[in-house]
Amino acid sequence: MPKITYQDNKGNSKTIEVENGLSVMEGAIQNDISGIDADCGGSMACATCHVYVEEKWFNKLPKAEEAEVDMIDMAHEPKKNSRLSCQLIVTDELNGLIVTTPEKQS
Amino acid sequence: MKKTDTIIIGAGPVGLFAVHQLGIKGLKSIVIDNLDKAGGQCIELYPDKPIYDIPAVSECTGEELTKKLLEQIKPFQTEFYLNERVEEVRQDKDNWIVKTNNNNEFLAPNIIIAGGVGSFEPRKLAVKEAEKFEDKYLFYAVKDKEKLKNKSIAIFGGGDSALDWALELSKFSNINLIHRRDEFRGAPHTLSEIKKLEKEEKISIKTPCQLESIEGDKKIKTITIKFENGNTEKIKTDIVLSFFGLIMKLGPIADWGLNMNKKTIEVNSKNFETNKKGIFAVGDICSYPGKLKLILSGFHEVALASVECFKRARPNEKYRFEFTTSSKTIQDRLGKK
Repeated sequence: MPKITYQDNKGNSKTIEVENGLSVMEGAIQNDISGIDADCGGSMACATCHVYVEEKWFNKLPKAEEAEVDMIDMAHEPKKNSRLSCQLIVTDELNGLIVTTPEKQS
Repeated sequence: MKKTDTIIIGAGPVGLFAVHQLGIKGLKSIVIDNLDKAGGQCIELYPDKPIYDIPAVSECTGEELTKKLLEQIKPFQTEFYLNERVEEVRQDKDNWIVKTNNNNEFLAPNIIIAGGVGSFEPRKLAVKEAEKFEDKYLFYAVKDKEKLKNKSIAIFGGGDSALDWALELSKFSNINLIHRRDEFRGAPHTLSEIKKLEKEEKISIKTPCQLESIEGDKKIKTITIKFENGNTEKIKTDIVLSFFGLIMKLGPIADWGLNMNKKTIEVNSKNFETNKKGIFAVGDICSYPGKLKLILSGFHEVALASVECFKRARPNEKYRFEFTTSSKTIQDRLGKK
Protein backbone atom coordinates (compact mmCIF):
# COMPACT_ATOMS: atom_id res chain seq x y z
CA MET A 1 0.00 0.00 0.00
CA PRO A 2 1.26 3.50 -0.79
CA LYS A 3 2.78 5.38 2.13
CA ILE A 4 1.61 8.94 2.72
CA THR A 5 3.33 11.33 5.10
CA TYR A 6 1.28 13.93 6.89
CA GLN A 7 3.34 16.73 8.36
CA ASP A 8 2.06 19.55 10.53
CA ASN A 9 3.26 23.15 10.34
CA LYS A 10 5.67 22.56 13.18
CA GLY A 11 7.38 19.70 11.37
CA ASN A 12 5.89 16.75 13.31
CA SER A 13 5.06 14.02 10.90
CA LYS A 14 3.29 10.70 10.68
CA THR A 15 3.59 8.22 7.84
CA ILE A 16 0.80 5.79 7.20
CA GLU A 17 -0.24 3.30 4.57
CA VAL A 18 -3.32 4.36 2.69
CA GLU A 19 -5.26 2.03 0.45
CA ASN A 20 -5.37 2.81 -3.26
CA GLY A 21 -8.54 4.62 -4.21
CA LEU A 22 -9.00 6.42 -0.91
CA SER A 23 -8.40 10.13 -0.80
CA VAL A 24 -5.51 11.63 1.13
CA MET A 25 -8.21 13.24 3.33
CA GLU A 26 -9.85 9.87 4.07
CA GLY A 27 -6.46 8.40 4.92
CA ALA A 28 -6.03 11.14 7.50
CA ILE A 29 -9.52 10.86 8.99
CA GLN A 30 -9.38 7.06 9.28
CA ASN A 31 -6.03 7.25 11.02
CA ASP A 32 -6.80 10.11 13.39
CA ILE A 33 -4.33 12.50 11.82
CA SER A 34 -4.94 15.89 13.35
CA GLY A 35 -4.81 18.99 11.20
CA ILE A 36 -7.33 17.83 8.60
CA ASP A 37 -10.93 18.62 9.58
CA ALA A 38 -12.90 17.70 6.45
CA ASP A 39 -16.10 19.26 7.77
CA CYS A 40 -18.12 18.63 4.61
CA GLY A 41 -17.00 15.02 4.33
CA GLY A 42 -15.34 15.33 0.94
CA SER A 43 -17.95 17.10 -1.15
CA MET A 44 -15.51 19.92 -1.98
CA ALA A 45 -17.61 22.41 -0.12
CA CYS A 46 -15.63 23.58 2.89
CA ALA A 47 -11.84 23.81 2.32
CA THR A 48 -11.05 22.36 5.75
CA CYS A 49 -8.94 19.48 4.37
CA HIS A 50 -6.50 21.97 2.87
CA VAL A 51 -2.87 20.84 2.55
CA TYR A 52 0.35 22.11 1.01
CA VAL A 53 2.08 19.71 -1.35
CA GLU A 54 5.85 19.74 -1.83
CA GLU A 55 6.72 21.02 -5.28
CA LYS A 56 8.14 17.79 -6.69
CA TRP A 57 4.92 16.01 -5.78
CA PHE A 58 2.66 18.91 -6.68
CA ASN A 59 3.58 18.64 -10.35
CA LYS A 60 2.93 14.89 -10.37
CA LEU A 61 -0.64 15.27 -9.14
CA PRO A 62 -3.55 15.48 -11.55
CA LYS A 63 -4.35 19.18 -11.94
CA ALA A 64 -6.99 20.71 -9.70
CA GLU A 65 -10.41 21.24 -11.25
CA GLU A 66 -11.76 24.75 -11.38
CA ALA A 67 -14.17 24.04 -8.52
CA GLU A 68 -11.30 22.95 -6.30
CA VAL A 69 -9.27 26.05 -7.11
CA ASP A 70 -12.33 28.20 -6.33
CA MET A 71 -12.72 26.43 -3.01
CA ILE A 72 -9.04 26.91 -2.17
CA ASP A 73 -9.72 30.66 -2.30
CA MET A 74 -11.67 30.10 0.90
CA ALA A 75 -8.96 28.13 2.67
CA HIS A 76 -6.83 29.42 5.49
CA GLU A 77 -3.64 30.93 4.01
CA PRO A 78 -3.69 29.39 0.57
CA LYS A 79 -0.38 29.16 -1.30
CA LYS A 80 0.67 28.19 -4.80
CA ASN A 81 1.07 24.58 -3.73
CA SER A 82 -2.30 24.35 -1.97
CA ARG A 83 -4.64 21.43 -2.64
CA LEU A 84 -7.73 19.99 -1.05
CA SER A 85 -6.75 16.56 0.23
CA CYS A 86 -10.25 15.19 -0.47
CA GLN A 87 -9.46 15.53 -4.16
CA LEU A 88 -6.12 13.70 -4.03
CA ILE A 89 -6.81 10.04 -4.74
CA VAL A 90 -4.12 7.65 -3.58
CA THR A 91 -2.45 5.48 -6.23
CA ASP A 92 0.83 3.56 -6.38
CA GLU A 93 2.38 6.56 -8.13
CA LEU A 94 1.79 8.62 -4.99
CA ASN A 95 3.78 6.26 -2.77
CA GLY A 96 5.95 8.56 -0.64
CA LEU A 97 3.74 11.65 -1.00
CA ILE A 98 4.30 14.27 1.68
CA VAL A 99 1.57 16.77 2.52
CA THR A 100 1.79 19.56 5.08
CA THR A 101 -1.22 20.78 6.98
CA PRO A 102 -1.67 24.52 7.54
CA GLU A 103 -1.48 26.16 10.94
CA LYS A 104 -5.24 25.80 11.14
CA GLN A 105 -8.10 24.86 8.86
CA SER A 106 -10.53 27.68 9.55
CA MET B 1 -40.80 32.04 27.27
CA LYS B 2 -42.41 29.91 24.58
CA LYS B 3 -43.46 26.36 25.42
CA THR B 4 -43.42 23.58 22.89
CA ASP B 5 -43.01 19.78 22.74
CA THR B 6 -39.65 19.72 21.00
CA ILE B 7 -36.98 22.29 20.21
CA ILE B 8 -35.16 21.41 17.01
CA ILE B 9 -31.73 22.93 16.57
CA GLY B 10 -30.79 23.04 12.91
CA ALA B 11 -33.03 23.47 9.86
CA GLY B 12 -31.14 21.14 7.54
CA PRO B 13 -32.90 18.21 5.85
CA VAL B 14 -32.82 16.09 9.01
CA GLY B 15 -34.14 18.88 11.25
CA LEU B 16 -36.95 19.49 8.76
CA PHE B 17 -37.92 15.85 8.64
CA ALA B 18 -37.91 15.79 12.44
CA VAL B 19 -40.77 18.31 12.27
CA HIS B 20 -42.65 15.79 10.15
CA GLN B 21 -42.02 12.77 12.33
CA LEU B 22 -43.00 14.70 15.47
CA GLY B 23 -45.93 16.31 13.70
CA ILE B 24 -47.57 13.08 12.62
CA LYS B 25 -47.39 11.97 16.24
CA GLY B 26 -49.22 15.12 17.26
CA LEU B 27 -46.19 16.89 18.73
CA LYS B 28 -45.46 20.57 18.19
CA SER B 29 -41.96 21.79 17.49
CA ILE B 30 -40.03 24.95 16.80
CA VAL B 31 -36.87 25.15 14.70
CA ILE B 32 -33.84 27.36 15.32
CA ASP B 33 -31.07 27.93 12.78
CA ASN B 34 -28.17 30.34 12.46
CA LEU B 35 -28.60 30.70 8.70
CA ASP B 36 -31.16 33.07 7.21
CA LYS B 37 -33.02 30.21 5.51
CA ALA B 38 -33.90 26.57 5.97
CA GLY B 39 -31.89 23.85 4.29
CA GLY B 40 -28.57 23.72 6.14
CA GLN B 41 -25.63 22.41 4.14
CA CYS B 42 -28.01 21.50 1.29
CA ILE B 43 -28.83 25.13 0.72
CA GLU B 44 -25.57 26.74 1.79
CA LEU B 45 -22.95 24.40 0.38
CA TYR B 46 -24.53 22.59 -2.54
CA PRO B 47 -27.88 24.12 -3.59
CA ASP B 48 -27.15 23.25 -7.24
CA LYS B 49 -25.30 19.99 -6.78
CA PRO B 50 -27.14 16.74 -7.39
CA ILE B 51 -27.99 14.19 -4.70
CA TYR B 52 -28.60 10.64 -5.92
CA ASP B 53 -29.31 8.66 -2.77
CA ILE B 54 -32.62 9.88 -1.44
CA PRO B 55 -34.89 6.83 -1.59
CA ALA B 56 -37.33 6.99 -4.51
CA VAL B 57 -35.86 10.27 -5.75
CA SER B 58 -33.34 9.34 -8.43
CA GLU B 59 -31.86 12.82 -8.58
CA CYS B 60 -32.48 16.17 -6.93
CA THR B 61 -30.43 19.20 -5.92
CA GLY B 62 -29.91 20.42 -2.37
CA GLU B 63 -32.32 23.24 -3.04
CA GLU B 64 -35.00 20.96 -4.47
CA LEU B 65 -34.73 18.59 -1.52
CA THR B 66 -35.13 21.50 0.89
CA LYS B 67 -38.17 22.79 -0.98
CA LYS B 68 -39.81 19.38 -0.95
CA LEU B 69 -39.19 18.89 2.75
CA LEU B 70 -40.61 22.33 3.53
CA GLU B 71 -43.68 21.44 1.52
CA GLN B 72 -44.04 18.13 3.32
CA ILE B 73 -44.07 19.83 6.75
CA LYS B 74 -46.34 22.70 5.74
CA PRO B 75 -49.43 21.17 7.47
CA PHE B 76 -47.70 21.51 10.85
CA GLN B 77 -47.29 25.30 10.60
CA THR B 78 -44.01 25.19 12.44
CA GLU B 79 -42.37 28.38 13.65
CA PHE B 80 -38.82 28.95 12.43
CA TYR B 81 -36.37 31.14 14.29
CA LEU B 82 -33.75 31.90 11.65
CA ASN B 83 -30.58 33.98 12.00
CA GLU B 84 -30.49 32.80 15.60
CA ARG B 85 -27.96 30.65 17.34
CA VAL B 86 -28.64 28.67 20.48
CA GLU B 87 -26.34 29.96 23.18
CA GLU B 88 -27.46 28.26 26.33
CA VAL B 89 -29.24 25.10 27.41
CA ARG B 90 -30.30 24.54 30.99
CA GLN B 91 -32.44 22.03 32.81
CA ASP B 92 -35.70 22.91 34.55
CA LYS B 93 -37.00 19.75 36.24
CA ASP B 94 -38.18 17.50 33.39
CA ASN B 95 -37.85 20.25 30.83
CA TRP B 96 -35.08 21.98 28.99
CA ILE B 97 -34.78 25.71 28.50
CA VAL B 98 -33.00 26.96 25.41
CA LYS B 99 -31.86 30.54 25.00
CA THR B 100 -30.74 32.05 21.68
CA ASN B 101 -28.36 34.91 20.93
CA ASN B 102 -31.47 36.91 20.08
CA ASN B 103 -32.70 36.43 23.66
CA ASN B 104 -35.57 34.17 22.68
CA GLU B 105 -36.29 31.50 25.28
CA PHE B 106 -38.02 28.18 24.72
CA LEU B 107 -39.10 25.46 27.10
CA ALA B 108 -39.71 21.84 26.11
CA PRO B 109 -39.24 18.32 27.41
CA ASN B 110 -37.19 17.48 24.31
CA ILE B 111 -34.36 18.97 22.31
CA ILE B 112 -33.34 17.46 19.00
CA ILE B 113 -29.91 18.61 17.91
CA ALA B 114 -29.76 18.32 14.12
CA GLY B 115 -26.84 20.68 13.86
CA GLY B 116 -24.80 19.09 11.07
CA VAL B 117 -21.20 20.12 11.55
CA GLY B 118 -22.19 23.20 13.51
CA SER B 119 -23.54 26.62 12.68
CA PHE B 120 -22.39 28.55 9.66
CA GLU B 121 -20.28 31.59 10.38
CA PRO B 122 -18.21 33.86 8.18
CA ARG B 123 -14.63 32.78 7.70
CA LYS B 124 -12.51 35.42 9.37
CA LEU B 125 -9.28 37.09 8.34
CA ALA B 126 -6.23 35.55 9.94
CA VAL B 127 -4.17 38.69 10.58
CA LYS B 128 -4.03 39.51 14.26
CA GLU B 129 -5.28 43.10 13.95
CA ALA B 130 -8.52 41.91 12.33
CA GLU B 131 -10.36 41.27 15.57
CA LYS B 132 -9.70 44.73 16.96
CA PHE B 133 -11.44 46.41 14.03
CA GLU B 134 -14.21 43.85 13.52
CA ASP B 135 -17.72 45.27 13.31
CA LYS B 136 -16.34 48.82 13.40
CA TYR B 137 -14.14 49.15 10.35
CA LEU B 138 -13.86 45.54 9.22
CA PHE B 139 -16.91 43.55 8.17
CA TYR B 140 -17.74 40.06 6.91
CA ALA B 141 -21.14 41.15 5.61
CA VAL B 142 -22.64 44.47 4.64
CA LYS B 143 -25.59 45.44 6.81
CA ASP B 144 -25.75 49.19 6.32
CA LYS B 145 -24.26 50.45 3.11
CA GLU B 146 -24.92 54.10 4.07
CA LYS B 147 -21.94 53.82 6.40
CA LEU B 148 -19.75 52.86 3.49
CA LYS B 149 -20.25 56.07 1.50
CA ASN B 150 -17.26 58.20 0.48
CA LYS B 151 -14.69 55.84 1.96
CA SER B 152 -11.63 54.00 0.79
CA ILE B 153 -12.71 50.38 0.88
CA ALA B 154 -10.56 47.28 0.51
CA ILE B 155 -12.57 44.24 -0.56
CA PHE B 156 -11.03 40.79 -0.21
CA GLY B 157 -12.27 37.73 -2.07
CA GLY B 158 -12.79 36.47 -5.58
CA GLY B 159 -16.36 35.27 -5.58
CA ASP B 160 -19.80 36.70 -6.17
CA SER B 161 -20.10 38.54 -2.85
CA ALA B 162 -16.80 40.34 -3.31
CA LEU B 163 -17.56 41.24 -6.92
CA ASP B 164 -21.16 42.33 -6.32
CA TRP B 165 -20.19 44.60 -3.44
CA ALA B 166 -17.26 46.02 -5.41
CA LEU B 167 -19.71 47.03 -8.14
CA GLU B 168 -22.32 48.40 -5.79
CA LEU B 169 -19.98 50.37 -3.52
CA SER B 170 -17.91 51.77 -6.41
CA LYS B 171 -20.87 54.08 -7.08
CA PHE B 172 -19.91 56.22 -4.13
CA SER B 173 -16.62 54.99 -2.74
CA ASN B 174 -13.09 54.25 -3.76
CA ILE B 175 -12.61 50.48 -4.14
CA ASN B 176 -9.57 48.21 -4.06
CA LEU B 177 -10.52 44.67 -4.99
CA ILE B 178 -7.91 42.24 -3.71
CA HIS B 179 -7.67 38.56 -4.59
CA ARG B 180 -5.08 35.84 -4.21
CA ARG B 181 -5.09 34.89 -7.90
CA ASP B 182 -5.78 36.62 -11.21
CA GLU B 183 -9.02 34.79 -11.97
CA PHE B 184 -12.26 35.79 -10.34
CA ARG B 185 -15.27 33.53 -10.20
CA GLY B 186 -18.50 35.32 -10.84
CA ALA B 187 -21.25 35.79 -13.37
CA PRO B 188 -19.79 36.82 -16.79
CA HIS B 189 -21.83 40.01 -16.74
CA THR B 190 -20.45 41.01 -13.33
CA LEU B 191 -16.91 40.28 -14.47
CA SER B 192 -17.23 42.49 -17.55
CA GLU B 193 -18.72 45.30 -15.44
CA ILE B 194 -15.76 45.06 -13.09
CA LYS B 195 -13.29 45.22 -16.00
CA LYS B 196 -15.09 48.26 -17.35
CA LEU B 197 -14.92 50.06 -14.01
CA GLU B 198 -11.25 49.17 -13.74
CA LYS B 199 -10.61 50.91 -17.06
CA GLU B 200 -12.54 53.93 -15.84
CA GLU B 201 -10.34 53.82 -12.72
CA LYS B 202 -13.30 53.48 -10.39
CA ILE B 203 -12.12 50.14 -9.10
CA SER B 204 -8.54 49.09 -8.77
CA ILE B 205 -7.80 45.39 -8.84
CA LYS B 206 -4.86 43.96 -6.93
CA THR B 207 -3.88 40.38 -7.78
CA PRO B 208 -2.33 37.94 -7.03
CA CYS B 209 -1.89 39.03 -3.48
CA GLN B 210 -3.05 38.56 0.07
CA LEU B 211 -3.49 40.65 3.17
CA GLU B 212 -0.30 41.00 5.19
CA SER B 213 -1.38 43.39 7.95
CA ILE B 214 -3.77 46.15 8.93
CA GLU B 215 -2.39 49.36 10.40
CA GLY B 216 -4.16 51.87 12.55
CA ASP B 217 -4.87 52.79 16.12
CA LYS B 218 -8.55 53.42 16.74
CA LYS B 219 -9.41 53.47 13.06
CA ILE B 220 -7.91 51.61 10.16
CA LYS B 221 -5.35 53.84 8.43
CA THR B 222 -3.72 51.54 5.92
CA ILE B 223 -3.48 47.93 4.93
CA THR B 224 -0.42 46.15 3.61
CA ILE B 225 -0.83 43.55 0.92
CA LYS B 226 1.77 41.12 -0.28
CA PHE B 227 2.03 40.05 -3.89
CA GLU B 228 2.97 36.57 -4.98
CA ASN B 229 6.42 37.83 -6.07
CA GLY B 230 7.10 39.05 -2.54
CA ASN B 231 6.52 42.76 -3.16
CA THR B 232 4.33 44.57 -0.67
CA GLU B 233 2.12 47.60 -1.04
CA LYS B 234 0.55 49.87 1.55
CA ILE B 235 -2.91 51.15 0.68
CA LYS B 236 -4.78 53.92 2.45
CA THR B 237 -7.96 52.29 3.71
CA ASP B 238 -10.93 53.22 5.90
CA ILE B 239 -12.96 50.02 5.64
CA VAL B 240 -12.07 46.38 5.04
CA LEU B 241 -14.65 43.94 3.70
CA SER B 242 -13.79 40.28 3.59
CA PHE B 243 -15.77 37.62 1.71
CA PHE B 244 -14.24 34.20 2.15
CA GLY B 245 -17.44 32.26 2.51
CA LEU B 246 -18.77 30.49 5.53
CA ILE B 247 -17.31 27.90 7.83
CA MET B 248 -19.08 25.54 10.17
CA LYS B 249 -18.43 25.93 13.85
CA LEU B 250 -19.73 23.66 16.56
CA GLY B 251 -20.00 26.66 18.86
CA PRO B 252 -21.62 26.49 22.30
CA ILE B 253 -22.97 22.93 21.78
CA ALA B 254 -19.57 21.69 22.95
CA ASP B 255 -20.23 23.18 26.39
CA TRP B 256 -23.57 21.58 27.18
CA GLY B 257 -22.16 18.61 29.05
CA LEU B 258 -22.94 16.12 26.31
CA ASN B 259 -20.59 13.21 25.68
CA MET B 260 -18.59 14.20 22.64
CA ASN B 261 -16.44 12.26 20.23
CA LYS B 262 -14.27 14.77 18.37
CA LYS B 263 -16.83 17.14 16.86
CA THR B 264 -19.78 14.76 17.15
CA ILE B 265 -22.21 13.93 19.94
CA GLU B 266 -22.43 10.35 21.19
CA VAL B 267 -25.89 8.81 21.13
CA ASN B 268 -27.40 5.36 21.53
CA SER B 269 -28.73 3.88 18.31
CA LYS B 270 -32.06 2.86 19.84
CA ASN B 271 -33.55 6.34 20.11
CA PHE B 272 -30.58 8.64 19.46
CA GLU B 273 -30.70 10.13 22.92
CA THR B 274 -27.49 11.63 24.27
CA ASN B 275 -26.20 11.14 27.82
CA LYS B 276 -28.78 13.75 28.87
CA LYS B 277 -32.39 12.54 29.07
CA GLY B 278 -34.53 14.40 26.56
CA ILE B 279 -31.63 15.70 24.46
CA PHE B 280 -31.29 13.87 21.17
CA ALA B 281 -28.71 14.25 18.43
CA VAL B 282 -29.42 13.22 14.83
CA GLY B 283 -27.86 13.58 11.40
CA ASP B 284 -24.22 14.42 10.78
CA ILE B 285 -23.66 15.65 14.31
CA CYS B 286 -24.32 12.33 16.05
CA SER B 287 -22.06 9.32 16.35
CA TYR B 288 -22.72 5.69 17.19
CA PRO B 289 -21.16 2.44 15.99
CA GLY B 290 -21.62 2.17 12.25
CA LYS B 291 -22.83 5.76 11.78
CA LEU B 292 -22.98 6.92 8.16
CA LYS B 293 -23.17 10.64 7.44
CA LEU B 294 -25.98 10.33 4.95
CA ILE B 295 -29.20 12.31 4.77
CA LEU B 296 -31.16 9.07 4.68
CA SER B 297 -29.55 7.89 7.93
CA GLY B 298 -30.68 11.15 9.52
CA PHE B 299 -34.26 10.49 8.41
CA HIS B 300 -34.20 7.12 10.15
CA GLU B 301 -32.69 8.64 13.26
CA VAL B 302 -35.42 11.27 13.67
CA ALA B 303 -38.14 8.68 13.16
CA LEU B 304 -36.86 6.74 16.16
CA ALA B 305 -36.02 9.78 18.26
CA SER B 306 -39.53 11.16 17.76
CA VAL B 307 -41.02 8.11 19.49
CA GLU B 308 -39.03 8.81 22.64
CA CYS B 309 -39.93 12.51 22.32
CA PHE B 310 -43.60 11.48 22.32
CA LYS B 311 -43.17 9.43 25.49
CA ARG B 312 -41.54 12.35 27.27
CA ALA B 313 -43.98 14.98 26.03
CA ARG B 314 -47.10 12.86 26.67
CA PRO B 315 -46.19 10.76 29.73
CA ASN B 316 -49.83 9.90 30.39
CA GLU B 317 -50.61 8.68 26.89
CA LYS B 318 -49.67 5.41 25.33
CA TYR B 319 -47.61 5.56 22.15
CA ARG B 320 -49.26 3.74 19.27
CA PHE B 321 -47.32 2.89 16.15
CA GLU B 322 -49.31 3.85 13.08
CA PHE B 323 -48.92 3.89 9.31
CA THR B 324 -49.59 7.14 7.46
CA THR B 325 -51.39 5.12 4.77
CA SER B 326 -54.09 3.86 7.12
CA SER B 327 -54.17 6.17 10.14
CA LYS B 328 -57.11 8.55 10.13
CA THR B 329 -55.49 10.55 12.95
CA ILE B 330 -52.27 11.11 11.01
CA GLN B 331 -54.18 12.03 7.89
CA ASP B 332 -56.15 14.60 9.87
CA ARG B 333 -52.90 16.06 11.16
CA LEU B 334 -51.66 16.27 7.58
CA GLY B 335 -54.87 18.04 6.58
CA LYS B 336 -55.97 15.19 4.29
CA LYS B 337 -59.59 14.27 4.01
